Amino acid sequence: MNDVQNQPILAVENLTTSFHTRDGWKPVIRDISFHIDAGETLAIVGESGSGKSVTALSTMRLLPRDKSRIEGRILLEGRDLLKISEAEMRAVRGGDIGMIFQEPMTSLNPVFTIGNQLAEALVLHRSMSWREAEAEALRLMERVRIPAAKDRLHEYPHKFSGGMRQRVMIAMALACRPKLLIADEPTTALDVTIQAEILLLIRELQKEENMAVLFITHDMGVVAEVADRTLVVFRGDMVESGETGRIFANPTQPYTKALLASIPRLGSMGDARGPRRFPEVDLTTGIASEGLEMVRTSPETKPVVSVSNLSIRFDLPHGRIHAVENVSFQLHPGETLALVGESGCGKSTTGRAIMRLQKPTKGNIFIGDKDIADISGQELRRLRRSAQMIFQDPFASLNPRIKIGDAIKEPMLSHRLMSRSEAKDRVATLLSQVGLSPDMAERFPHEFSGGQRQRISIARALALSPQVIVADEAVSALDVSVKAQVSNLLLDLQAEHDLAYLFISHDMSVVERISHRVAVMYFGEIVEIGPRAAIFDNPQHPYTQRLIAAVPIPDPSRRAIMQPADSPEIRSPVRPMDYVHPTRQYREVSPGHMVQLDDHVGAA
Amino acid sequence: MISRFLVTIRPLLRNRAVVIGMIILTTVVLAAILAPLITPYAPNKLSIVNKLLPPSAGHWFGTDEFGRDILSRAIYAGRISLLVSLGVVILSTILGVILGVAAGFFPRLDTPISRLLDAMMSFPDILLAIALVAALGPSLVTVIIALGITYAPRLARIVRGSTLVLREMPYIEAAVTLGLPTRQLLLRHVLLNLASPILVQATFVFASAMLAEASLSFLGVGVSTDMPTWGTMLASGREYMNNAPWLMLFPGLAIVFSVLSLQLLGDGLRDLVDPRLTKER
Repeated sequence: MNDVQNQPILAVENLTTSFHTRDGWKPVIRDISFHIDAGETLAIVGESGSGKSVTALSTMRLLPRDKSRIEGRILLEGRDLLKISEAEMRAVRGGDIGMIFQEPMTSLNPVFTIGNQLAEALVLHRSMSWREAEAEALRLMERVRIPAAKDRLHEYPHKFSGGMRQRVMIAMALACRPKLLIADEPTTALDVTIQAEILLLIRELQKEENMAVLFITHDMGVVAEVADRTLVVFRGDMVESGETGRIFANPTQPYTKALLASIPRLGSMGDARGPRRFPEVDLTTGIASEGLEMVRTSPETKPVVSVSNLSIRFDLPHGRIHAVENVSFQLHPGETLALVGESGCGKSTTGRAIMRLQKPTKGNIFIGDKDIADISGQELRRLRRSAQMIFQDPFASLNPRIKIGDAIKEPMLSHRLMSRSEAKDRVATLLSQVGLSPDMAERFPHEFSGGQRQRISIARALALSPQVIVADEAVSALDVSVKAQVSNLLLDLQAEHDLAYLFISHDMSVVERISHRVAVMYFGEIVEIGPRAAIFDNPQHPYTQRLIAAVPIPDPSRRAIMQPADSPEIRSPVRPMDYVHPTRQYREVSPGHMVQLDDHVGAA
Repeated sequence: MISRFLVTIRPLLRNRAVVIGMIILTTVVLAAILAPLITPYAPNKLSIVNKLLPPSAGHWFGTDEFGRDILSRAIYAGRISLLVSLGVVILSTILGVILGVAAGFFPRLDTPISRLLDAMMSFPDILLAIALVAALGPSLVTVIIALGITYAPRLARIVRGSTLVLREMPYIEAAVTLGLPTRQLLLRHVLLNLASPILVQATFVFASAMLAEASLSFLGVGVSTDMPTWGTMLASGREYMNNAPWLMLFPGLAIVFSVLSLQLLGDGLRDLVDPRLTKER
């Protein structure tokens, strides 16, 4: 008996997984070993391509059989999962091992009700009748704290928000009381405040069930919040493993040090007034140089962008979405204004309006001294030269059929700014400015990595020598180390060209690092705006406070987010057609720091 | 240049179905082009004494009711079929791309164009073509116009759908924010990315057009020339089907193999035009 108790729930020994490629079998993870005890959380952390997801999929035997080969031993309570039949394995999946995935929006079947999908697993694995299963489904939904579970049981997935869907996924994974829960980036697609709730929920359920949890993530902040032990992987190899506290306090391997050094940390600004570069980390030694503060040389001048009373509404058959309401701000040359908030708060729509990808319903947008809200045709085309945009997805923002040199050249030629040969020289200059080699101009986008593509997008944006760049989640999709490099590039280019950035992001720790001023958006409105230090050190609006408190801190000794406040479900931004938006009052907390006087968040 | 071409089509050559399709199609096209050189007899040479001969060493495919050599006629008929089909593909692609891109890219034009396409597609293909030929009078050009209009909606729908997706792509939005003129946006950014679905669909239209041309000829509303077509050969052979099945068999097989080759090719082309597949050389 004692022996059984000491046995780990999952023990993986010398796991090597290879994929079949044209050049034969190619190992993607090599010699990975770890174990997880009951009630324990192990985090596997690494950047994209490190093999962390392959490790999880190998454990579940979910990789295509003809294209992959798994070697080593995977022991679930002493039983080798690699030796059992496919039928036995099916009973293990969803029975002994539950799994939750990254994308809650697509992992539920849209044509069945939530209750139906939950009950299905119970009927299948626990051989309940449908009636029993339905009752149990309700109980499960209550356990994952879905409000009004009884009514929502018969609703379809599209009525659930991302956070609620992830709760349903967790309920499903828990349906058969698994001994092991594998969570593959379960909160990556969620807003920070929702992430905090989901992490808390997983931890509480783990405690109740004494479950082992294998947590896969790229986010060191999340690791610090949840993991008892941590395994760091890099390009398929185990780099370091140990107690989470020890790894953070005292990493021994250069890669771990580099990874830790490049994480943006909230509250690491010291008394810097301007933005600070991220530390440059040497991947082989793990030694980080100190990130320098960027000193702004240009004096306060006329704003380059001036938005006043901007409103954008979308008409629906049964109402109207107030996506942006009464937003006003100014942006000066050489300045970064960060627009932060959760998904659906209107920050991207605001950025798109400045680019005139979206026509404003009301208000003015001055770029220089021209109002772009109402112009079109040739005039708009000319004005587009002064504002450029960098998009979030580096894989979708470059035309796959156009060589990158041509893509960068195109706007210069189209606006007749220079001759073909001059443009060619300028492409070379721009490529080297963004840290790429000029001879890459002849390549197609698919030959580049995500970080390189984002650099190409930046080069293309710079081609027309704009005054303003709207960066819509420009670094959000990148790995930590690449994120730091691209952010530094943006800072350097700003200093060099006196660029104004509108930096749209949900990532508070990056925002803190690179912005001069911050505007917090909530439900289409700016609820608080001010100098970066004022917003982060002295947040006034309840929503700002909640947003900052929810950011995971990569320090296991300061587990902060595990006590979230009562979280209001996101309200619907759809209003009746005759809705008149209330006029808001703002209070000046300190010079330039304005906060909306309103009780609608505090009361929620 | 040639080596670059070979590198580009190498993935295509790995697909056996595509290779078979290419071989058949090339044979048909070459035969049609070289018809005067390779046919053993003139296609319209009458020889009543030799009528309805079964396939033999002298007449590989046999002879018809007037003693004309079926092999020679089938090869010449391929010329008309290919010519008509090519014309139809070009015409319907031009019409389809214009309508599809307009509907997909300019929201205001979407409803009128889409309803027009729906209306056209609610007619059976061949019926619409017959009506158009009847209205325009039967000739080579009118058959091409009739079938070109008939098949335009097929392309237009595909193009519209792909354009709708493309319009929302960040790289198209990036092109807008770079201030590129709409003409350049459509020609370079949209059309270039539509190449693959258009090419694939055009191959299938080519196959359908070949079949439709044969049907029109069979029904007697096709290209009226003194040259044979596969359709007219089938039509005239019908009366002798019981006694001399080779009259229908060989033009029928010609249609089947040509259409099949195009279908095989269409499937393979889909992958080829995507530059992402040339990544690993």
